[in-house]
Amino acid sequence: MSDSRLAKILKSGQFAFTGELGPPRGSNVGAVREKAKPLIGMVDSVNITDNQTAMVRMSSWAAALIAIQEGLEPNYQMVCRDRNRLAMQADVLGAYAHGIVNMLCLSGDHQQFGDHPNAKGVYDIDSIQLIDMVRKMRDEGLFLGGAKIDEPPQMFIGAAANPFAEPFEWRVHRLAKKIEAGADFIQTQCIYNMDKMRAWVRQANDMGLTEKVYILAGVTPMKSLGMARYMKAKVPGMDVPDEIIKRLQGVDKKKQADEGIKIACEQIEEFKEMQGVAGVHLMAIEWEHRVPEIAELAGVLPRPEV
Amino acid sequence: MVKAKKKPFEEIKQAIEGYTRVLNIGCGGCVSVCLAGGQKEVNLLNLQLNAALSGENKATRVDSFTVERQCNEAFLTDLDKVVPRYDGLMSMACGAGVQLMAERYPDKPIFPAVNTIAIGVDRQIGIYEERCRACGECVLGYTGGICPISRCAKGLFNGPCGGTNNGICEIGNEIPCAWQDIYERLKAQNRVADILKIKTAMQWQNQTRRMIVQDEYAARYEDKK
Repeated sequence: MSDSRLAKILKSGQFAFTGELGPPRGSNVGAVREKAKPLIGMVDSVNITDNQTAMVRMSSWAAALIAIQEGLEPNYQMVCRDRNRLAMQADVLGAYAHGIVNMLCLSGDHQQFGDHPNAKGVYDIDSIQLIDMVRKMRDEGLFLGGAKIDEPPQMFIGAAANPFAEPFEWRVHRLAKKIEAGADFIQTQCIYNMDKMRAWVRQANDMGLTEKVYILAGVTPMKSLGMARYMKAKVPGMDVPDEIIKRLQGVDKKKQADEGIKIACEQIEEFKEMQGVAGVHLMAIEWEHRVPEIAELAGVLPRPEV
Repeated sequence: MVKAKKKPFEEIKQAIEGYTRVLNIGCGGCVSVCLAGGQKEVNLLNLQLNAALSGENKATRVDSFTVERQCNEAFLTDLDKVVPRYDGLMSMACGAGVQLMAERYPDKPIFPAVNTIAIGVDRQIGIYEERCRACGECVLGYTGGICPISRCAKGLFNGPCGGTNNGICEIGNEIPCAWQDIYERLKAQNRVADILKIKTAMQWQNQTRRMIVQDEYAARYEDKK
């Protein structure tokens, strides 16, 4: 078993709370430390994104090591866009050798989103095949090619789920495939449409999936009405109901951020009680410094010692 | 069939400017069908090139010759008598045709006048859609006859990613999500169970040059060894 704190919290049945840290577009170590500081003691693990939105950033494993130095437990994100199976397995070994024990396996945003739109997308394997590969490395002690691994990496394996993308009835089956491939925990896309989230979790409960995997509900507080409108219109796979827009419209512009946090806290309260949900993944994008305040308001402090 | 598209005019012109007599060789195969490099396109391009080059007082002149198929040496014999008169060659065939010409006339510089784009289907006159990347390990039987490699921007094998947007791929451009289409088609055929199973990592067959030997013909070549 891995020594993951996140794993211990989830296995002990306590409500998990994870955060996110986007590495800088440069080798600015200070920037990583600055973003890490407000998260210490606030989250059980922090996702370190991997060239998110297909923009070049400090590599995920490198920023994860800085996060460890700051006292955080990283959740190392790895996308299929930039590496083939050799590089991925090498990075899993290297990351584990340096004390990284959680990872999140993702397809990755397509390179056309980013600032190198004509890069060759690798996609040698897909996210489900990546989960399966890391599980095989851990549980069978074998590389994908079949050779034996000298000290297999004991990763706690995460995967993403988007309960909102079409076709809706497929989504729970994709979740089942990720679990079968070896996912130990799931972090969902940012949730705004609670009706759909409830329906998806109910399906997962009915299929017995939530007994096999820990689902962390993705929450991103809206900073402004503009952000809500942008996410509704522009971000792929995002489902922002009109009632969220209306609530933000209903308050003074200066109060919109507070209203966004209030909505997030109401969601977190519901997730604490929702059967089949084991925690919350807070994606406070470029808002790391407000995580302590959100964690306090959401009533998830203090974080358990395990 | 193979689909190609003519290179930008300036790029073609600059490539041949340093030569005096250039032979532009068309192909009556796929590039003719997709209106990129058949006899008609060769003649039209040469008219434009000769007009532009003489307008710039360049010595370069381009002649035409179209063969039935540039990817088979049996169709190139007529060229053997013609090619020695030229100091440069241009081909409007696909990449395979260009390379076979280069192999046959190794002392002649050769320049492609088209970009080979894809194996695709005809939609309208002059409009073609990519359908196959020749991966060498066809999965269409498992995906309802919709190719996840050429049609999914991420080449996924296990269902639509979270970026699919009301049936449209996350990269936009109104490209339909391949996996949404696969799902809908299999659902209509009562075959969704096929994609509930995990499709394991692809063993890519297209990472080194492939030689295709049809089983029925293998023996005759083995005998010669």
